[in-house]
Amino acid sequence: MTLPLALVPRAVPARAMRWASPVLAIMLTLAAGGLILAFLGRDPVQGLKVFLWDPLSTQRGWAELGLKATPLILCAVGLVVCFRANVWNIGAEGQLIAGAIAGGGVALLASRDSTRAFVPAILVAAAMGGALWAALTAWLRDRFNANEILVSLMLVYVAQLLLAWLVQGVWKDPQGFGFPQSKLFEAAARMPILLTGTRLNVGFALALLAAVVVWLMLAKWSIGFQLRVVGEAPRAARYAGFSERRLLWFSLLLSGALAGVAGGVEAIGPIGQLTPTISPGYGFAAIIVAFVGRLHPFGAVLASCLMAQFYIGGELAQSRMGLPSALTGVYQGLLLFFLLACDTLITHRIVWRPTAKAA
Amino acid sequence: MNEIASLTAATLSAATPLLLAAIGVVVSEKSGVVNLGIEGIMLVAAAAGFGAAHATGVNLAGFVAGAAAGVLLAMLFAGLTLGLLTNQYATGLALALFGAGLSAFLGQPLQGESLPARGADGIPGLRELPVVGPALFAQHWLVYGALLLVGVVAWFLYRTRAGLVLRAVGESPDAAHALGIPVRFVRTLALAFSGACAGLAGAFLSVIYTPLWSEGMVAGRGWIALALVVFATWRPVRVLIGALLFGGVTMLQYHLQGLGVEVPSPLLAMTPYVATIVVLALISRNPRWIRLNMPASLGRSFDPRA
Repeated sequence: MTLPLALVPRAVPARAMRWASPVLAIMLTLAAGGLILAFLGRDPVQGLKVFLWDPLSTQRGWAELGLKATPLILCAVGLVVCFRANVWNIGAEGQLIAGAIAGGGVALLASRDSTRAFVPAILVAAAMGGALWAALTAWLRDRFNANEILVSLMLVYVAQLLLAWLVQGVWKDPQGFGFPQSKLFEAAARMPILLTGTRLNVGFALALLAAVVVWLMLAKWSIGFQLRVVGEAPRAARYAGFSERRLLWFSLLLSGALAGVAGGVEAIGPIGQLTPTISPGYGFAAIIVAFVGRLHPFGAVLASCLMAQFYIGGELAQSRMGLPSALTGVYQGLLLFFLLACDTLITHRIVWRPTAKAA
Repeated sequence: MNEIASLTAATLSAATPLLLAAIGVVVSEKSGVVNLGIEGIMLVAAAAGFGAAHATGVNLAGFVAGAAAGVLLAMLFAGLTLGLLTNQYATGLALALFGAGLSAFLGQPLQGESLPARGADGIPGLRELPVVGPALFAQHWLVYGALLLVGVVAWFLYRTRAGLVLRAVGESPDAAHALGIPVRFVRTLALAFSGACAGLAGAFLSVIYTPLWSEGMVAGRGWIALALVVFATWRPVRVLIGALLFGGVTMLQYHLQGLGVEVPSPLLAMTPYVATIVVLALISRNPRWIRLNMPASLGRSFDPRA
């Protein structure tokens, strides 16, 4: 390194940078996004307008934003709990799919005469499905000391294949022209719409509720305090006699259940049936969301809205400008890179040292 | 007999991407850096490799492009974790997610394209032998290259001074730094090597193994390679055994189908993932065994000024 810049550790972490860092990272991502568009020979201003402004220019756009943010909030709020406890659950995507399988399985039982009481039953089943999937990770970690990163990730693939098997086999719609998908759910088994004329459903309200409850838990309840101590000062937690095992199970079951609900809401909400791809990677995007939201439930809500905008913007950029929708994934990854880089400024300062040789 | 020969051949070929990626991971983790982004590197390299091979008509160009893409991404990772001291786990995850997005973006125009047919692979003379020939000697040269690489890495790590330096950096960066070893430089080189290996693994998948590009085609092999290194307790030769076992597991599913065993294909496709979980659980059961073999500073940032 020959730059006359040096990183110097700060004596005290900068509190302001903790929240300034995500803002800075978002701006850097937008700048990089504009550069990529320019590189592709497109007008960057026009492109960013399609990505950022157009999704929010209509009421329908706002409703779509809430719709896409719903699974992200549910997954990310659960991940906030896990990451705070230093439990690296990166398999929310698999837990979401397991929730969709369990919830969808119950939804398929509904008949034309069923009542709306079906919806809560479906969501409970979805939560249990997701929690069960996360419990596998918790059990293997607790009993066998198996690395939760690798186990939870492997279980994503298993869940995807399980869903594929079900919709190709027992749950395949006989009238579906051979497509690997279930029949459409009955009206009684669909998510009630929150805003008439749009696709926004009650799941959004549930997601916000989940964020509030998790915030209360982390801020006010004893278990939340224990989670924070275990994550930030494991040794102190051990002296205090907090059970790491209990917190491992608690955080994984909670985040699994929330991700499961997200899967259930997706299945009986916008999708309306079970298909092999129930999620465009919400469970993975939620990891980025949790970090950008500073591992805070309300921060996660804000970051989910931003990420939802990336998804909608990507679709719009594809339909209006003929840009590949895969750009969304590139921007998501860039955002996390920039965030990690900016986070260095919390604990370090950049110093201009024209003569000093960088080590 | 022919069944066994073709199963052996298929196992070798399926094991190669795992082996290449995992042997790179051994080197970088021995230097104390854990890079969870291997899956992302393999994906980008698969797209870049296929693109280069498709554009030039030369497979070698695909390997070069794949390895170069791997080194480039590994250097991005190195800049963040070694330069800016970011958390290695989070940065690796970022690389995995970024790689998935970038590869989908780069690969979009390559979807549905194919490569011209290759001439016969293998070692002329030996591959014509009955049974043994098709079983062992009819592979692409990169398969043999990967096997050779295991020996080279084992020799490097345990028989050379540079290998000792690399392991010292992984065990105790502070002591190595005090001895005047440039810790971050050593780690950068180790990461570059593992990036090149993961890149070759990705390019092998898209240029030789399938050979085509499809989104998400690496299908968790990068993560399985990371798990393999834990199974193998960071030993190159054990990595080879593990990769062959997993290659065999992957191939067995197709052969079971070929033998007419009535199991739905999605369930068979689960076997490598379930096997990874099971083996990981069995190996990790004894925490002391893992801790004894794991490079002591694995996953921890090192700041020479702190």
